[in-house]
Amino acid sequence: MWRKLFTSVPAFRAVKAPFRSFKSSSRGAEKDFFKDLDAQLRAFRDKAAAAMPGSDWSPIELTPGLPPERADVVIVGGGVVGWSIAYWLKRKERVRDGLKVLVVEKDPTYSQASTVLSCGGIRQQFSLKENIQLSLFSAHFMKNINNHLSVVNEDPVDLQFNHSGYLFLASEKSAHIMEENYRTQRYAGAKVTLLSPSQLKERYPWMNTDGVALASLGLENEGWFDPWSLLNALRRKAVSMGVHECFGEVTGFKCAANLAETTDGEVLNLQRIKYVNVRMPNSLEYQPVECAIVINAAGANSGQIASMLGIGSGPKESVSGVPFPVEPRKRFVYVVHCPDGPGLDTPFLIDYSGVYCRREGLGGNYITGMSPEETEEPDISNLDVDHDFFQEKVWHRLAHRVPAFEQLKVSSAWAGFYDYNTFDQNGIIGLHPLVPNMYFATGFSGHGLQQSPAVGLGVAELILDGGYKTIDLSAFDLKRILLQEPILESNIV
Amino acid sequence: MAASLLSQAMKRCSAHTCAAATFRRALSSGAATPSVFTRFLLKLSHYFYDVENILNWNDWLRSQAVIRKNRLFGYAQKNFGNNIAAAYYILTLRGSFRFAGQSEWYRPDSRGRFSYDFMSTPDTQIEEVDLSGTLINHNGLENLVKQSKLQTLSLRGCPEVDDWFLACLHVFGESLVELDLSHCSRITVGGLAALQNLRKLQWLDISGLPQLQNPGLVRILLEEMLPHCRVNGVEYEQGLIQPDSQEQTEDHHEASTNTGHL
Repeated sequence: MWRKLFTSVPAFRAVKAPFRSFKSSSRGAEKDFFKDLDAQLRAFRDKAAAAMPGSDWSPIELTPGLPPERADVVIVGGGVVGWSIAYWLKRKERVRDGLKVLVVEKDPTYSQASTVLSCGGIRQQFSLKENIQLSLFSAHFMKNINNHLSVVNEDPVDLQFNHSGYLFLASEKSAHIMEENYRTQRYAGAKVTLLSPSQLKERYPWMNTDGVALASLGLENEGWFDPWSLLNALRRKAVSMGVHECFGEVTGFKCAANLAETTDGEVLNLQRIKYVNVRMPNSLEYQPVECAIVINAAGANSGQIASMLGIGSGPKESVSGVPFPVEPRKRFVYVVHCPDGPGLDTPFLIDYSGVYCRREGLGGNYITGMSPEETEEPDISNLDVDHDFFQEKVWHRLAHRVPAFEQLKVSSAWAGFYDYNTFDQNGIIGLHPLVPNMYFATGFSGHGLQQSPAVGLGVAELILDGGYKTIDLSAFDLKRILLQEPILESNIV
Repeated sequence: MAASLLSQAMKRCSAHTCAAATFRRALSSGAATPSVFTRFLLKLSHYFYDVENILNWNDWLRSQAVIRKNRLFGYAQKNFGNNIAAAYYILTLRGSFRFAGQSEWYRPDSRGRFSYDFMSTPDTQIEEVDLSGTLINHNGLENLVKQSKLQTLSLRGCPEVDDWFLACLHVFGESLVELDLSHCSRITVGGLAALQNLRKLQWLDISGLPQLQNPGLVRILLEEMLPHCRVNGVEYEQGLIQPDSQEQTEDHHEASTNTGHL
């Protein structure tokens, strides 16, 4: 009966209803509070921990991974050359934390970086004395790598170095060049030996020695290793010594311009870099990093970095009209499986036709490839592999040299970029006259990995000591490009 | 006092770090279980920076000892000739050797002392060298490179012999006949590939190399690479995954009997 009374007064009920719900909610709220006590305490503990000193919480919301606002040296490019320079700079600084070094790398996955896509070979068989010295120093560095790059409490560095040596084959036409190179290499300290075709046949019965007049085999300090291990070892050690790392793309520079007059009366625009604009990945946000010195170790993209400073965009006849001659060139590497192929003694074989081949592991797998002709350079917009190149150009030359390779199967392939120096295929190390604080360490055309520890030391000496102390790399200075005096290396693969 | 307390507190707050490099190497180089004292020190080094530093000094001192033992004996080479210098070097490392043309071995005693009789012999090259258990490394090999008549080299159980050392052995390519590389924990397949330069090798021992994943396969490859050489110390079956062939045949029988019943 009371219920009937209340049904006729819905407003009254409605007024009561919130009260009822408030009562229930208060009782419910108490129940909820005790139920959520665990979660509440946890949240309280997290907030207290964040508020204590030693936490990285800050009320200002910062983008994670921004580079510092100021650094002494900014190294553009986080490949093996960039990290080697960072390591040696930190090693040579006299005062602890005397130099603030920042390494800027575009791609945290290193998916297109030349370092990790490389075959990983190291050889001393060059024709230029400086190249031989660079790779000899790098081999000695790798010999004692744990003395240089071991970090407290971490595993020792294992490069998985295969000491099989390089074997260069020369035809009748190039045998005299090989002999001259042999003399230069022995004089510079490389352990190389020459083999005649009969010695070659006796030693490597699986090889077809038709057309081979002379062969040159590296006995020591030559072979191949894992480039990713070297990169990570350098990076781990450099970070442990205090190098800052940032993942971002360098999109521009802010420079101060000065005018300088040459002896010919030409007025040049010298740009001194004041800020490097580092743009965060997948974002439009960029951080201008104030810096004193910039090092261009960007590998295949060094030409792009140089053009951001106006190198190459001046009038044709002037110094600023000469473009920086490093451009990316795509090279293919094919992994083939051949069960009857040559065994453990397979060196890194390089034929005079340009085909190269090396053993990979113990399961009958080999890595092979060839440098294409100048006129047939593949497209550099992507890293797609052209399998027809193997079928048409590589296979028959490979099978001619090693008959067992007539029966093989291509398991996989990849492509990578060379930071190709179109001028003379040798590294470019030094300052550009138009940009007084940008050091270049690029253009190694496929040899950057094997020369990286020595190049890192050379650039660090150039910056901190003002000149080369260990190996004299003045032959690789940038001015040879402006003076049009190439230094040619004849043993490019 | 306060500083050590603070460091203790910081150690406890920070995440537990990995084992110290020395003990990691000691554990991996073959000691089955480290001693109680070693494990205790390792545990302490996780908590105290002081102990961690002491362990790192220990590691550094050991590496300095190796460097000192393997220095170039330039003074002896200049004043007494390469052969005497090489002989002196081998004896200081507690190895032993035999000159070419003589049958007597020169050895140090158990305490490492040796007589200087070898200096009075005529200047002959060394033919056989036993460096087992010594601290020789690739730097020390520089003292021996001029011994072009070296026929036997034993490097059994040398902890510092690694792949780079094997690559340096090419200097003995025309003379080395016997090589013993057993129980050298740092050798891998990459170094064994460098033995292709030892064309006169007839006897090779590769037993007890912990870093070889497939010792049997490596033996086959080495025999293919050096046709005149006998490779000892590993069986062809080592490293193969052994399928339980007996179990499989039993399953087959069961399946066939079941179907027969059905």
